[in-house]
This record gives sequence, C-alpha cells and structure tokens, in this order.
Amino acid sequence: MIDTLPLILGTILTAATPLLIAALGEHVTERAGVLNLGVEGMMIVGAASAFAVAVLTDSSVLGIAAGALAGLAVSAVFGVLVVYLAANQVATGLAMTILGLGLSGLIGQNFVGQPRAPIPPIEFPLLKEIPVLGKALFTGDPVFYLSLILIGLVGYGLNSTRFGLLLRAVGENHTSAHALGLPVRRIRFIAVLFGGLLAGLAGAYLSLIYTRFWSPGMSAGRGWIALALVVFAAGHVWRLVLGAYLFGGITVAQLHAQAGAIGLPSQLLSALPYLMTIAVLLLLSISGRRGSGAAGSLGQPFVPER
Amino acid sequence: MRHFLKLGALALAAGLAAPALAQEKLKVGFIYVGPVGDFGWSYQHDVGRKAIEAAFPGKVETTFIESVPEADSERAIEQLARTGHKLIFTTSFGYMEPTLKVAKKYPGVKFEHATGFKRDKNVSTYSAKFHEGRYIIGKIAGKMTKTNTIGYVGAVPIPEVIAGINAFYLGAKSVNPDVKIKVAWVFDWFNPGKEGDAAKALLDQGADIITQHTDSPAPLQQAAARGKLAFGQASDMSRFAEKNILTSIIDDWAPYYVERTRAVLEGTWESKDVFDGLAKGKVKMGPYVNMPDDVKKLAMETEEGIRTGKIDPFTCPIVAQDGKTVECKDGKLNDGQIAGMNYYVQGIEGTIPK
Repeated sequence: MIDTLPLILGTILTAATPLLIAALGEHVTERAGVLNLGVEGMMIVGAASAFAVAVLTDSSVLGIAAGALAGLAVSAVFGVLVVYLAANQVATGLAMTILGLGLSGLIGQNFVGQPRAPIPPIEFPLLKEIPVLGKALFTGDPVFYLSLILIGLVGYGLNSTRFGLLLRAVGENHTSAHALGLPVRRIRFIAVLFGGLLAGLAGAYLSLIYTRFWSPGMSAGRGWIALALVVFAAGHVWRLVLGAYLFGGITVAQLHAQAGAIGLPSQLLSALPYLMTIAVLLLLSISGRRGSGAAGSLGQPFVPER
Repeated sequence: MRHFLKLGALALAAGLAAPALAQEKLKVGFIYVGPVGDFGWSYQHDVGRKAIEAAFPGKVETTFIESVPEADSERAIEQLARTGHKLIFTTSFGYMEPTLKVAKKYPGVKFEHATGFKRDKNVSTYSAKFHEGRYIIGKIAGKMTKTNTIGYVGAVPIPEVIAGINAFYLGAKSVNPDVKIKVAWVFDWFNPGKEGDAAKALLDQGADIITQHTDSPAPLQQAAARGKLAFGQASDMSRFAEKNILTSIIDDWAPYYVERTRAVLEGTWESKDVFDGLAKGKVKMGPYVNMPDDVKKLAMETEEGIRTGKIDPFTCPIVAQDGKTVECKDGKLNDGQIAGMNYYVQGIEGTIPK
C-alpha cells in the first residue's frame, strides 16, 4: 500500500488538473459577471488544436500554446456576442459548446488515431525523495506546475490587485461600476478571454498529457464539471482548489474501490461530487447570506445607458 | 454540427440525383452512433461500408450519417429510407425501436440492426461473438502475467460485456489456476480520461496486464506508460503501444455487409438473426506480438480451435459465482444463454454493479 500511495496521488493530481485549470478560468469570468456555459466547447477545441499543432510541429510546447490560444479564440467570439452585443449568455454559451464539439471534430479530422510520445516530467532532485508526497508532487508534468502557479495568480490577482478589485466590482453591480466610470464591457471581455485561454489550456492537457491522442468528444463532460466546481467554490479560490482535488480524489478512489472489490456502490461514488455541489448550494441558501455566493450581476447582460 | 450539415447535404443530393440513376444502383445507408474517427466501434462499421463499395463497383452507392444520438435517430433513419436507400444498417443497440418504427412505414426497405434482439419481416439483427476473442486473450494473459493479477476495464455492465469478462477469465484460468482478475467499471463507452484512470487504478493494485472493453486506446496507452502489457479493442491498436500490445480483438463487419448486400442485389434477402464470430471472420485477431513463441503457438491453436468448432469458451460445466452449475444442453452454453449472461463465473471476485 505504501508503494502504491504515491502512484495513486499522482493519478489524482493528473485527473484533477484539467478540471482545476478550466474552473480557475471560469471562476474569473463569473467574478466579472459573465456566465460562460461554453467551457466544454472551448476545452475540446483546445484539445483538438493542441494535438494537431503538436503533431504538425513536433513540439508539445507549441501544441499547448496553440490549445490555449484556440480556447481564447472561441471565447473571443463568445465575448463579442455576450459582452458587446448583449446576447443571452445561457443560449450563447450552449451554442459555443455545440459549435466547439463540431469544430473540434473538423480540426482533429486528420489526427485521429495518431499516437504521441509523453511529455517528460519535471523532477525536483532532493524534494522528490520525500516519502509518499515527494514522488507525487515533485515529479509532475509541466502543466501541473503551471496550474499551481495559476492558483496563486488568480487568488492574488482577484483579491489583492487593483484590476482584481475592478473586475469584482463590475461583476457585483455593473450599473454602479459604470456610474463610477469603469470600462465595464472591456473588463468583462478580458475576463471572458482569460476563461477561454484556461479552458483551451485544460483541453491541451487532455490531449497531450492526460491521454495522449485525439478523439472526438474526448473531453467527455469535463467542462460541465468545471462549471459545477465554480458553483461549489461559491466565490473562494481555495474552495475551488479543494473541490477539484476532492473530485479527482473521489473519481480515482471509486475506481480503486472497484478494483479492490470493496463492496461500495460505485455509481453513488461517481455521483458524490455532484451531490456535494447541491449540498453546498443548499447550505449557502439556508445560511441566508446572499444565495449562492455568485457575483451580483452574474448572467445579466449590460447595456450602457446613454 | 457536422451531423446537421451532412443531413442537409444528403437532402440536397437526394433532390438533385437523377431518378433513373437512382434506380440502377442499389443505395445502401448506414447510421453510426459515434464519429467515423473514433478509431473503434464506428470506425470498423465504416470499414465495412467501404468494403461494400469495393465489392460491387458501379452497382451500389453508399451513404452514412455519423454521430447520430440514439434518442434522435428516427429522423436520420427515415431520411435514408425516404431518399431511396433500399438497405439500411443501424449500428447501435439504442437504434432498436426507431429502426422497427421506420421499418413499419417502409416495408420495401430492408433494415439490419446491430446488437439488437427485436426483428420484423424487413428487419434483421446481427451481432458478433466477441467473447471468442476474449477467451484467446485470456489464455495469453494467464500465461504472461507475473503477478497473477489482471486488470479489466469494463464499460457498462450489460450481458455482452459480462460474457466477455467470463470468457476472458475462463481462458486465463485454463492455463493458470492461480490467476485473479480485477474489474473496474467506467460506466461509459467512450471517456478516454476515465478509462485511463481505471487502468491506472488497476495497475496500482498489482495488475501487470490490462485488458479493456471500452472504445478508446487510453487503457492500453496507460499500461504502456508503466511498462506493462495490454490488449487492443475493436480495431488493431498496435500503433498506440507497439512494444506493449499483445494482440487486438478486431470487429470485422465487412464480410457480413458484403454478403447481405449481395442478398439484396440477388433478391434472396430475408429477415434473420446472425450471431457469429471467428468462424465467419466477423471477429478477427490482430498479430500476436511481444510474447514468447510457446504462448503465441497456444494463442494460434486456440484461435484455430474456436474457428473449427473444436474449442468453445463456454464448455460445460459452467459454475456461476454463487456456486450453482448453469443449466446446459449439448455440452456448451447456447447463443441465448451467452447473449443474456448476467452473472460472473466462479472464481471472479467482486459483484456486478446493478
């Protein structure tokens, strides 16, 4: 058991990383008051583009960059529609997911069934000798470390910088923010682009690191899980991180329970993260403080008065 | 999205096609549940479609609609029927009721439904004995394992998958009495990330060989990443792990599709249920690699034995997990018993999720 524990931890970390990255992006987007239901679509376009570029250029780094940029490109379309043209966010987001699933199939068409060599892990010489945790934490893939940096960046950026404050102000009450002279639409557009960039990066992680091939529909609903995680986080980055690793942990744990023939109902364990999200929503609403902890203007289109 | 475009293109093509030409050629239509590029289930059906075109040059014309959701398949099937297709293959279990419904409206069109069990005057059903291949890879795994533990990634607990697990275990046990198998269910046919995680969990628990009944190469790839051995599924997956693959179970629908198309062309088509495997070439084995010669010989002999009918994976007595001997005539289980299998055989640990 002691030998396998680092391996299990490693599996949990790779399972949680794409969820964490996409959820961090969506967290920022939602803090600015935009609900992006197109995460799944941006993620899968990122996965297809990352794989295609990695194969064509034989460079994983360029592939990862291309994936992130592809997610950003789709989010730019979304941003123009919902931020500048004030289109309905729910409908536009869903349209982006459908578009993304189709578009990714087209991009990846000629890359189906092509294998790709793994990206070598980054190893920290002394730290990796730490028992149990060392091997899991200090021999990870590059994007895993990037995700850790992103946690800090998003947490610090939102809470301790001027831009973070403005972004949250725009999300809380866009009318007041506008009255104060803040560029509401520009800030929201930037938040949408950031969300798309991270969704694309999460997609690149799927096709280049998590499972190294391209196949249509391979995101298999992870964009929606990222959205659920943002609800679970109820406005706190630390809860988002906790949620992502908990989700990864439960997914892997239930597979282990099955493999070890432990008589737990695996369907229930699979549903547990979603049940937890519902429970959190319930607790938040019982505790009485403003509903879900979501930004005040979330989902409402903003049209500046003249 | 592409699905809608295809439908549109199809409607357009049907409108433009000269009627005289349409009558000369037999139009054969296909409905796929996944994208042609899934490199597994739908991909192999499309290989079958191309085989029809190659077998009857100038006499047939084929069309396919891919990624058709099961719940919304009636429209797509009817679209093909309405546009002059006289033979339509619907290739997923969930197309059963829609196929029957459309078939009632178009009595002049012949339908072929894969893996279902409901037939009509103009609806045939067909499936393949994938468990025959699983018995062979079971023997290979039983010989090759060093830890006596084999990991099995299952998709959804339906009889076809359970029969596969049983056949695999019986094969493994016949050459290695100490062998154990661990099963992890993914509850999805296609979810590469989760399939890979399941394989990792099984490896973490001491399995040194992975086999799978899901559609993506992820479990094979994860096994290879840890330097362990694994098998391919549905198509020859050797390109994903050349040094770690032992063989693949390949679905080959081409001979059946060609045979049924010929029957329509010659006017001899009739409704029936076809459930066959290695003997008719519907199930094939990939090359046996990365194993010593004696194991390779054993695998080839087993394959030959099943093909000629000398070996049957479900030769009686078959004892279920609960210790009861399964009722048996003719010395082996019949097709109905295999197609409806809902129990593990004795020796497999764990329970089937309900």
